[in-house]
Amino acid sequence: MTATLQESPPAKPGAAHVPPRRRRQALTGWAYASPTALFVLIFFAIPVLLVGQMSVSDWGLFAGNRGVNAPENFVDAVDQRLFWPAVGFTVKYTVITTVLLIALALGLALLVQESTRWSAFLRTAILVPSALGLASASLLFYALYSPQSTPLGFLGVESFLGTPTRALWSTVALIVWRFAGFYMLLLLVALQGISADVYEAAEMDGAGRWRTFLSITLPLLRSSLALCTILCVTGSLLAFDQFYILTKGGPDNSTVTIVQLIYNAAFAGANNLGLAAALSIIVLAALLVLNIGQFRWLRGKEN
Amino acid sequence: MRRMPYYVFTGSLALLFLFPLAWAGVASVSPQGGTAQTGGWGFANYGTLADYQAGIWVYLMNSVVVSGLTVLFTLTVSLLGGYAFARFRFPGKNLLFLVTLAILMVPYATLLIPLYVLLNRMGLQNSLVGLALVLTMFQLPFATFMMRISFEAVPAELEEAALVDGCGSVRALVDVMLPAVRPGLVTVGLFAFLAAWNDFITPLVLISDADKAPLPLAVANLRQQVMGIIDYGATEAGVVVLALPCVVLFLALQRQYIRGFMSGALKG
Repeated sequence: MTATLQESPPAKPGAAHVPPRRRRQALTGWAYASPTALFVLIFFAIPVLLVGQMSVSDWGLFAGNRGVNAPENFVDAVDQRLFWPAVGFTVKYTVITTVLLIALALGLALLVQESTRWSAFLRTAILVPSALGLASASLLFYALYSPQSTPLGFLGVESFLGTPTRALWSTVALIVWRFAGFYMLLLLVALQGISADVYEAAEMDGAGRWRTFLSITLPLLRSSLALCTILCVTGSLLAFDQFYILTKGGPDNSTVTIVQLIYNAAFAGANNLGLAAALSIIVLAALLVLNIGQFRWLRGKEN
Repeated sequence: MRRMPYYVFTGSLALLFLFPLAWAGVASVSPQGGTAQTGGWGFANYGTLADYQAGIWVYLMNSVVVSGLTVLFTLTVSLLGGYAFARFRFPGKNLLFLVTLAILMVPYATLLIPLYVLLNRMGLQNSLVGLALVLTMFQLPFATFMMRISFEAVPAELEEAALVDGCGSVRALVDVMLPAVRPGLVTVGLFAFLAAWNDFITPLVLISDADKAPLPLAVANLRQQVMGIIDYGATEAGVVVLALPCVVLFLALQRQYIRGFMSGALKG
């Protein structure tokens, strides 16, 4: 240590001199961060690598790893009879859910933004469903929709889940009920961040309500609306609980989503973990591309 | 008076959102054909639920153990991790933080397939501890982020004073920092509990032993009982048992809830 110090030019010692205190800080820092690092390594990094390996291997649920078979799993995944219908259904479901939820959430946020007791009650009422788990909410709607126990007979709907279209819209209704409050809250936070001065200025300029909403509120909410859209799109593309519980993918496999396909490939029927891993990789890749695209689009708009 | 239509409209909206929950509560105790409660009002459906297979208490206990362990693990790991990220400089810090947040980018299903294999290799298959460890990992992005900003909001002088007084960093953390970040801990704990209590797909994949199923899985399985005839009364009772703690916690801790949502908004 002393030898290096003597040999180095005069400018360097300063840089090499800091260690004792800083190194101790680094060591203490790592000590505190080590549980996080261990968790991330064992339960995240290794599984991500493992799913990559599994996707190119002949890997049965009970038989285990039987060697590399690339690209068989990927070919099988795309060739499955239900692959494209599932992709199509998942995208359709995602578009419907996202459009409906964001529009409704925005309307609700505008409706309850005042700071009165009545508004506070409304906010709570709309938010309560968000406290439920998605599985519990799905079970609740399962009973709510069933002909034997439904209290909704007066609506005159003979079966809520009987046809593909009805099953889709009934599930969308469940999701809107469960998530509207959550997105309303996100937008409410952004709404309350808009200063009153801006509105006053608009009023002075003689802008009407509708005009103010279009040219002031909406643009100022853009980043929050974008965040809601990203969350909602990602969540809907990965839909599983609601369809597993409510429709089981039926009627006639019309409501099978991509994640259900993964689950079925691995545990219900095919028992093929390699195939499930390949499907998982496809979903992961699609999601990454989509998210990068959304971020790019946002950045471009902001500039 | 001018506001009357507004009150009618918003009032019906509130009813619409409250109706399904209220209905589940009422229907679970009201008379209904094909359930244990055929005549008069009462708690027979809860009796069916209690006697279901291993007994509701077993599943309830599974859920309590899994949720409790998840909260414990999440609080411990994110408290230490948040402190490290907020107060120390160490090589690899930014990378580790980014990778922790990257957990959000990877779908549950993508991770559960390899985790199923990995837990088998670790001898943690079918284990409530293994389930809690995986659920903790899913909580880490939110929890670590939340605890990091909580620690960063504590004035540095507070901690420096403790260090000058001769406390080690452990003492400073426990005596000075812990009380200051308590609101963050409550939020993290609340979200970890709710996520663990409500999670469905993780136990569905990782737990194959019916007696180890947490409550949501058990109630979902309950529907396929008795020669394909579904006992909706017992299902409604199960929903009430599942929802009650969540709704009570929500009403009691609304502030923390909203705080969590807001930092969720920052996350993007």
